[in-house]
Amino acid sequence: MSDTKPRAASLLVQNTRTRKRNAAETRFRIYGRLALGLGIVALILLLSSIIGDGASSFRQTFVTLDVELAEDRLDRSGTRDIDTIKKVTTFGYAPLIRNALAVEMAGQGIVIDGLSPKDAADIISKEATAKLRNFVIANPDLIGTTQSFRFLANGRIDGYYKGRVTLQTAVLDSNVSVEQLRLADALKAAGVLKVQFNRGFLTQPDASDQRPEAAGLGVAILGSLYMMIVVLCLALPIGVAASIYLEEFAPKNRWTDLIEVNISNLAAVPSIVFGILGLAIFINFAGLPQSAPIVGGLVLTLMTLPTIIIATRASLKSVPPSIRDAALGVGASKMQAVFHQVLPLAAPGILTGTIIGLAQALGETAPLLLIGMVAFVKEFPDAPPDGFFDPASALPVQIYNWTQRSDPAFVERASGAIIALLVVLIVMNTVAVILRRRFERRW
Amino acid sequence: MKDHLSVECEAILQPKIAARDVQVHYGETHAIKDVSVDIADNTVTAFIGPSGCGKSTFLRCINRMNDTIGICRVRGDIKLDGEDIYDKAVDPVQLRAKVGMVFQKPNPFPKSIYDNVAYGPKIHGLARNKTELDEIVENALRRAALWDEAKDRLNQPGTGLSGGQQQRLCIARAVATAPEVLLMDEPCSALDPIATAQVEELIDELRQNYCVVIVTHSMQQAARVSQRTAFFHLGNLVEFGDTGQVFTNPQDKRTESYITGRIG
Repeated sequence: MSDTKPRAASLLVQNTRTRKRNAAETRFRIYGRLALGLGIVALILLLSSIIGDGASSFRQTFVTLDVELAEDRLDRSGTRDIDTIKKVTTFGYAPLIRNALAVEMAGQGIVIDGLSPKDAADIISKEATAKLRNFVIANPDLIGTTQSFRFLANGRIDGYYKGRVTLQTAVLDSNVSVEQLRLADALKAAGVLKVQFNRGFLTQPDASDQRPEAAGLGVAILGSLYMMIVVLCLALPIGVAASIYLEEFAPKNRWTDLIEVNISNLAAVPSIVFGILGLAIFINFAGLPQSAPIVGGLVLTLMTLPTIIIATRASLKSVPPSIRDAALGVGASKMQAVFHQVLPLAAPGILTGTIIGLAQALGETAPLLLIGMVAFVKEFPDAPPDGFFDPASALPVQIYNWTQRSDPAFVERASGAIIALLVVLIVMNTVAVILRRRFERRW
Repeated sequence: MKDHLSVECEAILQPKIAARDVQVHYGETHAIKDVSVDIADNTVTAFIGPSGCGKSTFLRCINRMNDTIGICRVRGDIKLDGEDIYDKAVDPVQLRAKVGMVFQKPNPFPKSIYDNVAYGPKIHGLARNKTELDEIVENALRRAALWDEAKDRLNQPGTGLSGGQQQRLCIARAVATAPEVLLMDEPCSALDPIATAQVEELIDELRQNYCVVIVTHSMQQAARVSQRTAFFHLGNLVEFGDTGQVFTNPQDKRTESYITGRIG
């Protein structure tokens, strides 16, 4: 047997095989970087578009006026009887604001040709009369005095300072005139009109199509909060209990396999299906009120449960069996072993799963549309527990709602609401990461 | 170590554990076949044999840890102090308080050293107050020869100890529940030689108070620590006798092949 050794190739020259392998690896790295780059570019585009459109909704144009609460208009009888005062509608307050503006203009020496006092007063939001009326009803004693108020400017005037409206577009716009914009500029120069931080965007309820400047997220935030409370109180205990039973106690047979498969399937069911279910069961059958956070919360609970169960089971599975053996070995019962030793180790995973499930539920729109949470709600829900049954809106639904409105000012509102929603989601995910880091233990 | 006289005396007395015709099935696999063995108190009994011979399985029968495996079925009699541990009236949890176990891989709970040892006494209500619990923990750690190393760091995590210390902590944890029998499933297989020597020394001391059953892969270890040795092969108990006799003068061909290194 002749042992002919092939001549050893030089290590300094790559052979064809190696070259091919290296080329493949390089290609793969390039694909990976391309994919990452695309993702990052998409994210930057998305964020910059949303922030560019929406950041301005946190700033708003305000007009500060000293309004004389004239007694001859608000309470001719002079009795300060609250019922008499209430008889004066918001229409009755319009002249007060008109006068106040006229006085201010005269005081600042502002004269705009071709601008009637009524048109001039239109630069102030229609919301102003309601604000004034509410103030007077709350403080009837102040009738006859002069008070300083900060009113919202009309949405078009606000748009003028945010670049939506220009002098050119105003010529064609029936809602705003060039003279009004000149007046606004003059008032701004005089310091009467200012662009300031708009807290009302987060605290005020929604407003009608005609007054985008007054629209806020207050009811939506409260509604979402209520729903999250319902989801947390139901989905966390039910989900965790179900997964502990399935993972640690249930016999492994055909039925539990079936349940397991179906839980995974449920997690993939389109959310709108849960909405139909909620409509049929909670509203039509159980007779719960429409648009109520309790129904939304129940529907979202159904949707979140599979997520929580899957996350909990995964984190229970990841606890090494040696810990269970150790506990059983010192004579702990099955339940003691699970609750004393396994569950604390699985807790970070469970918490992360729950928070991610909640975040998912918070951003869910489709099922809420079906149970009537898309309605226009201007009244704040009561404090819990009654508030769970009052009509409310929800953040994602509010966004959907505003994108349907015709006034371009609502585009800014919708983007602002998306920013608010994103901030909440980022905070929730950060909390999830921190909790996981904090409680993660090694074994 | 091998005090033949005392071993013989104990053999005459009633055995601590008496197994008769024990059969274990894992699903279709017949893992333990007709094993009958008497294990004496205050003795270290070693189970040796090649991998998969059923020695660990049999060990886990003694505290019914096999109950936790769904497909495992145990038949036959195992009596602890004359009481059938597979009787319907026996709660395995109560049994495991009496028959402690130390596992192959050190598996302390990811808690403090103190909590690791105190867990068993707590769930069994062995201490009425904190002082008693402290005492139990100290005694257990002393028994496991860990007190001197651990007394200043009782509140530090048990997982932060070295491998040998962790295993002694697990022994302390098992001892803390005041068991009568200590089962050890290859307690030194994950330890280095120095830690092994410490644990072996400890096992020899534990013999004073407990009936110790140890499964080991190492024949030298069996020879060093045990008084009685049982050789398992393919699910059968091939030979059982005094350690010295099993190693120097095995009765069965298979035992001889195993200890001389021809099988296993």
